[in-house]
Amino acid sequence: MSDAPLLAVRGLRKSFGGLQAVRGFDLDVAAGAIVGLIGPNGSGKTTVLNLITGEIAADGGSVRLADQEMAGLPAFRICRSQIARTFQLVRILPGMTTRENVLIGRLFGADPAPLERARRDVDVLLDRVGLADRADQTGAQLTYIDQKRVELARALATRPRLLLLDEWLAGLNPTELQIGIALIRQVRDEGVTIIMIEHVMEAIRALCDHVVVMSAGALIAAGAPDAVLADPEVARVYLGDDDA
Amino acid sequence: MVENTWFRCSIAAAAVAFLAAVPLMVSAYTVSLLVSMLAYISLATAWAFFSGRTRYISLATAAFVGIGTYTVALLSDHLPLPMVLVIAPVVGFVVALGVGLATLRLSGVYFVIFTFGLAELIKQVVIWFEINQTKTLARYIFVNASGALIYELLLATAVVVLAGVWWLSRTPLGYALRVIGEDEMVARHAGIDTTRVKVLIFAATSAVMSLVGAILSLRYTYVDPNIGFNSLVSFQVLIMALLGGIGRLWGPAMGAIPLVLLFELLSGTFPHYFSIAVGLCFVVIVYYLPGGVMGLMDRWRARLRA
Amino acid sequence: MVLFEAVLSGILVGGMYGLIALGLNLQYGIARMMNLAYGEALMGGAFTAFWFFTLWRIDPLASMLFSVPVAFVGNWLIYRYLLTPLVRRAANQDVLEADTILVTFGLLFVFQGVALVQWGGEYRGYTYLAVPLNVLGATVALNRVLAFAAAVALALALYWLLRSTRLGGAMRAIAIDPVAAQLVAIDVPRLSALAFATGGAIMAVAGTLVSMFLSFNASIGIVYTLKALIVVIMGGVGRMLGCLMAGLLLGVAEALGAYLVDPGLTLAINFALFLLVLLVRPQGLFSRG
Repeated sequence: MSDAPLLAVRGLRKSFGGLQAVRGFDLDVAAGAIVGLIGPNGSGKTTVLNLITGEIAADGGSVRLADQEMAGLPAFRICRSQIARTFQLVRILPGMTTRENVLIGRLFGADPAPLERARRDVDVLLDRVGLADRADQTGAQLTYIDQKRVELARALATRPRLLLLDEWLAGLNPTELQIGIALIRQVRDEGVTIIMIEHVMEAIRALCDHVVVMSAGALIAAGAPDAVLADPEVARVYLGDDDA
Repeated sequence: MVENTWFRCSIAAAAVAFLAAVPLMVSAYTVSLLVSMLAYISLATAWAFFSGRTRYISLATAAFVGIGTYTVALLSDHLPLPMVLVIAPVVGFVVALGVGLATLRLSGVYFVIFTFGLAELIKQVVIWFEINQTKTLARYIFVNASGALIYELLLATAVVVLAGVWWLSRTPLGYALRVIGEDEMVARHAGIDTTRVKVLIFAATSAVMSLVGAILSLRYTYVDPNIGFNSLVSFQVLIMALLGGIGRLWGPAMGAIPLVLLFELLSGTFPHYFSIAVGLCFVVIVYYLPGGVMGLMDRWRARLRA
Repeated sequence: MVLFEAVLSGILVGGMYGLIALGLNLQYGIARMMNLAYGEALMGGAFTAFWFFTLWRIDPLASMLFSVPVAFVGNWLIYRYLLTPLVRRAANQDVLEADTILVTFGLLFVFQGVALVQWGGEYRGYTYLAVPLNVLGATVALNRVLAFAAAVALALALYWLLRSTRLGGAMRAIAIDPVAAQLVAIDVPRLSALAFATGGAIMAVAGTLVSMFLSFNASIGIVYTLKALIVVIMGGVGRMLGCLMAGLLLGVAEALGAYLVDPGLTLAINFALFLLVLLVRPQGLFSRG
């Protein structure tokens, strides 16, 4: 029983008008793993993430977290079932403080806490991601990496078992990248399973136990990072020599 | 901190006691002006609590005020007044619940469009009903209510509404409402049941509007659908809330007081130019006072400190 | 036979609804602006036709030479100088939507107010081509048939422009994804302004046509804005042919409702249809998604 996957995705499908964005996508994620989801732009990675988190409804297929069906549930229920996410384009609430931005996760997530306790927990969490001294700044005043930290903290505040990161490391400078990688590793070590969409190969190599590659809405390769990244087929879809 | 709260509460209590005594001291005309102010303070505050925080612009204020008015017109002959004043907000709540469930699950535009025509729709149905069933358009309201009684009822309503908004803003529910206004997608993915929060608060604030409409109707001796469902009311409430500043407790009230005076002046002196003036006010506020008067005061304060 | 006449008159009015929905689709689907003052151009077109006809005996169709360019330029100015500044200022799409709704709501009251001051609140109308015409046994007025034919011809021409020309292709690209359109060297701000202005001009045409067979007053704009919105939602935002079909559907439903239930309840029928669409197919009756 122990090797049953935490997340099992089967036959996930989604079309927009005539475009098949995701066509029969399967994925197993073991508890405690970090899985990298890579592929060229437009290959359907973010759509998969939106389907898993209930942002958009699938045309077909199933998404099971620890044997519980998620497909068809509204986004807030999926969040309360312990799947959290960040966004490709950072979504910070500009008019709220850092603390308030994170607090919502604790107040409404998988394990809602009353206001006073939520505030205390959030301060601990802010300390953990390195935001303790910026707790009272508003979202609009934060630097880019701090906004990314807020998003991560907000996702963690919902108490997820599975965390989906959509290009969370994109746009960071080399120093920030190392901090970011360490932070993700720390989150995993605390028991959160992670799927990360990422283009930064350095991070994929450093963090992922397993990598899956998407192209044109389907999975084309999967395996250990070094093997997958050396695959000529993967190199071909990334360079896109006959993709048109 | 605690002492400070006590201090503020006693000041507020003293202010309310003073306001309650005002009808004994001033003329009947002043009381009727104050009645309008109190009514619009409640309406604008209730409107802003939902529409201001969530950015779902409701244009249905007139519909819910009208529902309150017509509840009184239909029931005041058969039931005691206190009971009618309980039923009116319940009717408003139920109608808003239906409207909200149908339109608030979807993008905000559907909601705007639906509320845009709601007052007109209900008016049409009422006209149809009156012509076909009662064979007359007008209804008489035989309730013996003095200006002072109406004033006290509206004062109580305004106090409850402001206190309610103050209190709700401090609860997770009020917090969820703000998150929905800032970014609904984030709200969904942080576990907020956005539809439920929106529908609940929309219905609750609509109930307040129906109550205000019911109390105000005691001023009239007779109503017809055109008086009861005057779509200008939606517009006036909206502009008051915008002028004062929608994100703040006192903002809508700050907008309601000067605009009630201005509208009183306008409708007395230039009735024909009323809607042009109001429309221009509107455009000017959106462009030059995006945070309302309260936002402007914040900016001034910040500049003084700097 | 009476039923057939009801359906026929519904179809004739429905062509008009299709046309005004098409114009709104240009404004909301392509230029992405929810314009609550949209119907005021129709009110303006109707009054222009009325005054030209009653004062100077000028044919309503000729009055469009005046009203249509005015509506085009007016809407272009509104888009360029009132709405685009809001785009630059808005933090996100929701804020922008709220701001445009508020500003155009204000404009609605300004236009309506000016018309009230100038022309009063009473209903107007004039007699033009009120010749009875026999259509498959049913009698309809020639003005209605003319208005229907003109509306449908214009709508189809517009549809062809959007489908088959370079300009139309660029506009459809903007409707689908303005950011991507910008990347392939489409002048998004200019074409959006053009689409918005064209939407307003179409409304002036519709106003002229409506004035030939229906009475109107200074506050009529809102009614048509509302109908256009409902038809666009029924037909699907950005879907031109869908809007035409939905317009016809609304016209027939209104006419049947008026005939079978009560003529006083047309708005209720509009809303009933709207609610039905929202509950059953919120993406629009005629979209594939």
